[in-house]
Amino acid sequence: MVNNAELMQKAFEKTVDEDLLLDCMRCGFCLPACPTYIHTNAEEAHSPRGRIALMKAVRDGKVVWDASIEESFNMCLGCRACEPACPAGVQYGPLIEQTRHAIQLGKTRKPLEKAVRGATFDGLFANQKAMTGAVNLVRFYQKSGLQKVTRKIGFLNLFPPFMKEMEGVLPEPAKKSLPALPQLPKKQIHVSFFSGCLMDTLFLETNRKTIALLEMLGAKVTIPKQQQCCGALHGHSGEMDKAKRNARANLDVFTDDSVDYIVNNAGGCGAFLAEYDHHLAHDPVYEKRAKTFTEKQIDVSSLLVKLGLPEFLQTLQPTARKKITYQDSCHLRNVNGVSEEPRQILKSMTGFEYEELVGANTCCGSAGIYNILQPEMADAILETKMQHVQDINPDIVVTANPGCLMQMQKGIQATCSHHGDQTATHIADLVFDYIVENTSV
Amino acid sequence: MNAQFLNELTELLGKENMKTTQAQLLAYSYDATANFQALPDVVVSPRHTEDVVAIVKLCDRYEVPIVPRGSGTNLAAGTCPTQGGLVMLFNHMNQILELDADNLTLTVQPGVITQTIHEYVESKGLFYPPDPSSMKISTIGGNVNENSGGLRGLKYGVTKDYVLGLTVVLPSGEVLTCGGKLAKDVAGYDLKAMLVGSEGTLGIITEIVLKLIPKPVAQKTAIAHFDSLDAAAETVSQIIAAKIIPATLEFLDNGTIQAVEEFMHLGLPLDLQAFLLMEQDGEEAQVERDVAQMIEIAKENGAIFTAVAESEAEAMKLKTGRRVALSALARKRPTTILEDATVPRSELATMVRAIEQIARDYRVQISTFGHAGDGNLHPTCLTDVRDAEEMERVEQAFEAIFDASLKLGGTLTGEHGVGEMKSPYLAWRLGEEGMFVMRAIKQSIDPKNIMNPNKIFAKSQKLRVVIHHGE
Repeated sequence: MVNNAELMQKAFEKTVDEDLLLDCMRCGFCLPACPTYIHTNAEEAHSPRGRIALMKAVRDGKVVWDASIEESFNMCLGCRACEPACPAGVQYGPLIEQTRHAIQLGKTRKPLEKAVRGATFDGLFANQKAMTGAVNLVRFYQKSGLQKVTRKIGFLNLFPPFMKEMEGVLPEPAKKSLPALPQLPKKQIHVSFFSGCLMDTLFLETNRKTIALLEMLGAKVTIPKQQQCCGALHGHSGEMDKAKRNARANLDVFTDDSVDYIVNNAGGCGAFLAEYDHHLAHDPVYEKRAKTFTEKQIDVSSLLVKLGLPEFLQTLQPTARKKITYQDSCHLRNVNGVSEEPRQILKSMTGFEYEELVGANTCCGSAGIYNILQPEMADAILETKMQHVQDINPDIVVTANPGCLMQMQKGIQATCSHHGDQTATHIADLVFDYIVENTSV
Repeated sequence: MNAQFLNELTELLGKENMKTTQAQLLAYSYDATANFQALPDVVVSPRHTEDVVAIVKLCDRYEVPIVPRGSGTNLAAGTCPTQGGLVMLFNHMNQILELDADNLTLTVQPGVITQTIHEYVESKGLFYPPDPSSMKISTIGGNVNENSGGLRGLKYGVTKDYVLGLTVVLPSGEVLTCGGKLAKDVAGYDLKAMLVGSEGTLGIITEIVLKLIPKPVAQKTAIAHFDSLDAAAETVSQIIAAKIIPATLEFLDNGTIQAVEEFMHLGLPLDLQAFLLMEQDGEEAQVERDVAQMIEIAKENGAIFTAVAESEAEAMKLKTGRRVALSALARKRPTTILEDATVPRSELATMVRAIEQIARDYRVQISTFGHAGDGNLHPTCLTDVRDAEEMERVEQAFEAIFDASLKLGGTLTGEHGVGEMKSPYLAWRLGEEGMFVMRAIKQSIDPKNIMNPNKIFAKSQKLRVVIHHGE
C-alpha cells in the first residue's frame, strides 16, 4: 500500500507554491488579525503564521501528515484578515486554497464524504438549474408550514449543508414585482450583472433591487444568461479543478467587451471573481479573457458610489430614524479592499443613525460553509460578534454578502430576546426600501 | 523525551494546559528569526505562579530545558527551542492585575499584549511609552525579557526604564520578588535591572510592576527630505544640540526610500539620500515650538523638502514611509534578516556609509532604516535562505557590520537581544571580563543550565578578525 503521508507530501510539493511560502518572515503581525487564533486563546497552530509553517513543513517532509495538521488547516475560516495585516505581502488566500487542493489530492477519502462532496460541488453549486430546483423545493416546505417538521426529520440532508444550517433564516420568497423607483438622468455606463448562485435563488429579490438601483442611477444593466456559481465554495474547499470549470463557464458567457464594469453584490463571490486571472494564469485559452474579466470587476457599493448614490440619498427627507451598523464582508474588505464605500452610502441616509460596530472588520464565522464544518468555532466567533452588536443595539445590521447576512440573522435570533425588532439586511435591500419609503413616484 | 517526565507534567497541569500534537509542537518550533527552527518536546500554559514553580522544579529534576515564550516575535532566535525541551506560554497569565493611580504603577501578568497596556492606561490619561514595532502582538513578558525598545526610545527610554518590580521563579523553583512600587530603592544590587533583558536565561518572570507617566496632551509630526546623508545626520545632531529631545526621530536610507517608493508610490524622489521623520509630544505650545525649530534646522542643513502635519490624518500620511519601510524591503526577496546594530548618535552617517560599503564588499543587498535619534539602526538584509553560498556572504557581512559598529563605540544589538543568533559574537562586545562576570552570574543561579540554554551564551565564540573597509 502506498503510504498516505508520502502521498500527501507529494501533493503539497506539487500544489503549494514554495515561493509564496517563503514570503512569510514569521514576524507574527498576522496573529492579532486572525479570529481562530484569538478564539483559541492564542493557539499558534490556529494562526496564519502557524499554518504557513505547517504547509512548509509538510511540503518539505519535515512532519508526517496527521489529524492534528489537518485540523489546523480545517480550522482556517479563509477570511483573509491576515493579508492586510501582513507587512511582507504574503498571499495567504492562494496558499490556503492550494493547501486544501493538495489535501484533496493526497487523501484517500471515505466513500460517504466523497458522495456528499460530489453531490454538492458537482451537482448543486455547479449547476444553476439544480440550485433553483433545490431552492424551490425548500420553499415548498417553508410555505406549507412543514419547516418545523423538516428540521426534525432532516429532510434537508439532501441539500447543500449550507442551506440546511441556514434553514431557520432563509429569506422570504421574492415578491412578484417591485415598487417603482424614481428615474434619474441616463448615464453613458453599461454594466453586466453577476447574479451569483445563492443570490439568484434564495436572494432573488435582493438581486432585483440591486439592478433597480443601478438602473435608477442611469446605468444600463445586462444579465448574461447561463451564468454559474463563481466557484468560490469549490475553491475554498480544495476543489480547485471544479472552481476553474465554473470560472471558464462564466468567462464563456461574460463576453461583451463593451461593458464598463461587471458588478456583483456578494462579497464572497466578488473576491473570487477578482482572482479569476490568478486562477487561470496558465490557461492557454482563458488567461487573457480572465484578465479582462478581472479588471472589470466591481462590487455594488463601489459602483453605486461612482454613480452618485450618496448625493442622491442626501436629497431625501425621511421622518423616522433608526440605528444601523455595518458588518464587513471579509472578502470584500480583505481581498477587494472595499470598506469605505458601503459606509459612505449608509452614512448618507439621514433617516439612519450610523454607529460603527466594534470589530466590524473581523469575520462573523459564516465563511462559506465553515459554520457547518466547524460549528463550535463558528459559534464562538458569532457569540463574540453578537456581544459587540448588542453593545450598540442597532435596529438593523447591514451586510454585503449572503453568507454574512444569514449568519447575522442567526446571531440575532439567538440573542434577540431583548431585541425583538432587530434585523439584518443586505445593503441593496436597505437602500432600495429606504428610497421607496422616502420618495413618491 | 522522558515518558516519566511527561506523565508527571500531565499530573501537575492536566492535558488541557499542555500541547503535544505534532501540529502544536511545530507551531512553537520557531520565532521571527530567519533560519532557526527546532521542535520542542512539549508546550505548556501555566495558570499562575504556583504552576510555574511546579513546572520549574520538575524540569530541574529531569534537567529539561525551559524556553519562556510570549508571542514569538523575537528577532535573535531567543525563543526558538533549539535544545528541545519545554516551551512555556503565558496565554493564561494575561491579566492586568492592578492600576495604582496614587503610585502611578500598573501590575500585570507576563502574557498581557503590549498594545492592550497602551490602550488601557491611555484610557485613564496615563502613558506607558515603550513601543516596539511588534507591540500589537508582543507580550509584556517578552518585552521585559528582551528589554525591548521602540520608536520613542530617545525621549522616553526603553522597557527597563519602566520596570519597577518583578516576581521571578528561579531555576531552583524559589520565588524571588525584587523592586516594587518605589521610585527610589538602593537596598543591595539592583536585581530587577539584571533580570530585565536576561532573555529567560535566569528565571521565569511571572509578575511585573510597571511605571506609568501622565499622557502627553499634544503631538505633532513632520518630515524632511535630504539629498545628502551628512545633511540628515547633521540635522539630527543639531536638533539634539538645540536641546530638543523629540519623541521620535526616524531615518530611512536611499535603498529603503527606493523600496518604499516602488511599493507605495508616495512620490519620493528615487535619488533621495535620506528621509527623516520627526515627532514631538508634550504641552501644545512647546510641541509647536519644537517642531517649528526642527524644521528650521532641517532647512538650514539643506533639506530639499519639509512638511508638517496639520491633522491626525495628515500625520498618518507623513508617517507612511517609515511605517511601511520593513514591508517594502521584505517584499523584494524571499528572506529578510533585520539587525539592530547601534552606534553613538554622532556616528550615524559614518555607520550608514560603512554598511553601504560592506554590502558592496560582500555583494549582498542591505538597506538601512531606524531610530536616528538614538543611533539604533536596522540594517536589513534581503536574501534567500535556499542559496547557501549567498547566506555565507550574508553572515560575513553581518560580522563586518558588528565589527564596524563596535569600532565606532557601538554595540551588537540595541533592542532585539542576543538570543542564539548573536551569541557567538557577544565576547566582541563584552570582552573576556564581561563574559566572565555574566557566566558567573548564570552559573550561580542556573547551575544545570536549564533556563533557555544556548541563548546569550554560545558554545563557542567567533574569533574577531579585524577587518578594514573602505577608508
